[in-house]
Amino acid sequence: MEAGARAERDLGGRLPAWALGAIPLALIVVAIGGFALLGGPGLGERTGPPVEEVTVERTLLRPGEIELTLRNDGPDPVQVAQVAVNDAYAPFVASAGNEIERLGSTTLTVSYPWIEGEAYEIFVLTSTGGTIPVSIPVAAETPEADAGFYGLMALLGIYVGVIPVSLGMLWLPFLGRLGRRWMSTLIAFTVGLLAFLGIDAGLAGLEIAAAAPAAFGGASLVFAGALVAYLVLAGIDAHLERRRANAGSGASSGAYLALLVAIGIGLHNLGEGLAIGSAYATGALALGAFLVVGFAIHNTTEGLAIVAPLRGGADGEAERPAFSRLLALGLIAGAPAILGAWIGASAFNPSLAAALFGIGVGAIARVIVQLAPAMRDEDGRLLYPSTVAGMLGGIAVLYLTGLLVSV
Amino acid sequence: MSENGTSHGISRRRLLGGAAAAAAPAAIGLSGLLSGRGPGADSAVASGTPAANGHAGHGEFPHATFAAGPSVDHRANGFHPTELLRDFDYGTTRRLASGRVVREWEIVAHDKEIEVAPGVKYEAWTYNGRVPGPTLRAREGELLRIRFVNASEHPHTMHFHGIHPALMDGMPGIGERRGGGQIERGEAFTYEFDATPFGLHLYHCHVAPLAAHIARGLYGAFIIDPKDGRPEADEMVMVMNGFDTNFDLANEVYAVNTVGFHYINEPIEVDRGGLVRVYLVNILEYDPLNSFHIHGNFFQHYPTGTSLQPSEFTDTIVQGQGQRGILELEFPFDGDYMFHAHVSEFAELGWTGFFRVGDPSRLTPAAAAAAYCELPWGGGKA
Repeated sequence: MEAGARAERDLGGRLPAWALGAIPLALIVVAIGGFALLGGPGLGERTGPPVEEVTVERTLLRPGEIELTLRNDGPDPVQVAQVAVNDAYAPFVASAGNEIERLGSTTLTVSYPWIEGEAYEIFVLTSTGGTIPVSIPVAAETPEADAGFYGLMALLGIYVGVIPVSLGMLWLPFLGRLGRRWMSTLIAFTVGLLAFLGIDAGLAGLEIAAAAPAAFGGASLVFAGALVAYLVLAGIDAHLERRRANAGSGASSGAYLALLVAIGIGLHNLGEGLAIGSAYATGALALGAFLVVGFAIHNTTEGLAIVAPLRGGADGEAERPAFSRLLALGLIAGAPAILGAWIGASAFNPSLAAALFGIGVGAIARVIVQLAPAMRDEDGRLLYPSTVAGMLGGIAVLYLTGLLVSV
Repeated sequence: MSENGTSHGISRRRLLGGAAAAAAPAAIGLSGLLSGRGPGADSAVASGTPAANGHAGHGEFPHATFAAGPSVDHRANGFHPTELLRDFDYGTTRRLASGRVVREWEIVAHDKEIEVAPGVKYEAWTYNGRVPGPTLRAREGELLRIRFVNASEHPHTMHFHGIHPALMDGMPGIGERRGGGQIERGEAFTYEFDATPFGLHLYHCHVAPLAAHIARGLYGAFIIDPKDGRPEADEMVMVMNGFDTNFDLANEVYAVNTVGFHYINEPIEVDRGGLVRVYLVNILEYDPLNSFHIHGNFFQHYPTGTSLQPSEFTDTIVQGQGQRGILELEFPFDGDYMFHAHVSEFAELGWTGFFRVGDPSRLTPAAAAAAYCELPWGGGKA
């Protein structure tokens, strides 16, 4: 026992610390490299035919053309041979050649006189005779990503993000008149709203991940995104906490909580914008006054959630933030919808979208954890009739306003 | 391929959240938004230009074709549909003491990868390394002996359509004790029967699962000429088939003589005014019906070829699996004449070809009018 410890000390004593770390690493590299070079000795040939897993990442329609972006999600290269649209072979050109390496992608431009409003079933036939099905439920031309298009997406983002959130913040003076007892209820209301948004974003992310290449993580991207966002925000939070403690200030201030809520909602709206943008780009989205009105009401409640902590500062006094600060909060919460719409409409990628939705979930979870202490009553309880009622109210309001956009 | 959608469990309009989610993700909060085209749809899609409703994609390729890419490697396949068309296998003959002719063939079953459309490989099961198998041709009344050797990895038979004893029927379960019935790998058997009745018949494997053994390529045409033969003609065999390349019990590629759109790329050259005789056999698996339609012409139809009198003068016939018929026609005009299944789906998935009559460049109105004058029913009218 003692001898062993001494040997360890001797070994450690003779070699510098970095070498003790580097030697195993070097051996691992040599072992894996050798294994790969020898082609996995002893494992023999693979059994069964090559595995073909291809994901269709993007479908674009232009007059007389259908463009499919394929990604090879499986372990073996895939060779695209032919493409048939509605049971008719059609000529096509592959941007990066017909062979798709593992994790590689190619874009097929298929010549086909598609008709607006019709449904199309496409199959891509591979060299082994396998088929990759692609569905276009309703054909509509994909908008060109020009300045006018980005302008439209920005307007859309402002309509569904910035304006409703800012409108919701107009409740701040009203909140200032409310008594102390109402504060915790209001925070609970916000928590309810956020919980609903979080679940919403998580389910949306999982749904998108189902269509994303499994090799890039698929559904785990949603969870990884959530974890990353939660941990990063927690780290930032801990950092700021210490600075505040050094400065002699007490618990989380209302302004700080409001900022956190705005960030959480902003990340959620990024995902929402992404979905709107890509839906618009594929013609699946009908833009109309009713829809925008629905979103305005739906997202107005998010503005209320941001200003609630401003009313509920630790001292119980309503803070009077500058107008510019309110505007900044509104932009933080609403403007990501614009960015999301741009990405969604021009460079939609299901893996990225799933990760972004996950980030939104993590951010919201972190914000809920931050807000929760402000709900505590004199006895330190989190759940009591008025906070429970507040949370249920928040969930109910989002559910009901959500119906407005579920035409 | 019509069942493709249902076999994947995907209906056309269902799937905003399904496969199409790659393009149109449905956020739960947005589910309504994405659920389709509401009253405001017009404003959203108004950017669709008129060209979207035109047939912009038809410019370079006026019909479904593989012409945009490379063609099939016929050398690797070991057979060429253009040559296969007029390739009749008469076997070898000898005369018995009685004076009767004995006609003999050897057919070997192989497993072989073939290219059924450019770039699309299919693990076929073949008779003599080709799909369809050789067109066996005999004369009415001869004694036929077909030695069948199974060099495939799977058990097979040769089941002939014709009149013969049960032992010679190539039917698993019948005659195994006498060396017939199901022929296991590495085994051989000689089918022996009389060439009767005259007509156009076929042969195929009859081992279960039957659909799979046929769909894999084990079939061929079997012609018994009448004793006195038929009038001299440019004769050709067309076996209408298809390939279920992804094994979903629906065909991805349709063709005559295996390679989709082959006779689009290489039209069948025939002489103007000459008699053309097509031996047409339908062996298509997984689809109940197939058909043949000729453009710009009519043909005499001899169903199963068992009568020397045609039954109908038409331009379209329909055949179920195993049905066959002889078509006779003459082309009065120069030019390219399409022929295809009048099941548009099959046609656009490969079962389309051209006859090239004389010199297509001579297809001017004046030439057409002159040719019309020469017709029995059009003489002197121009």
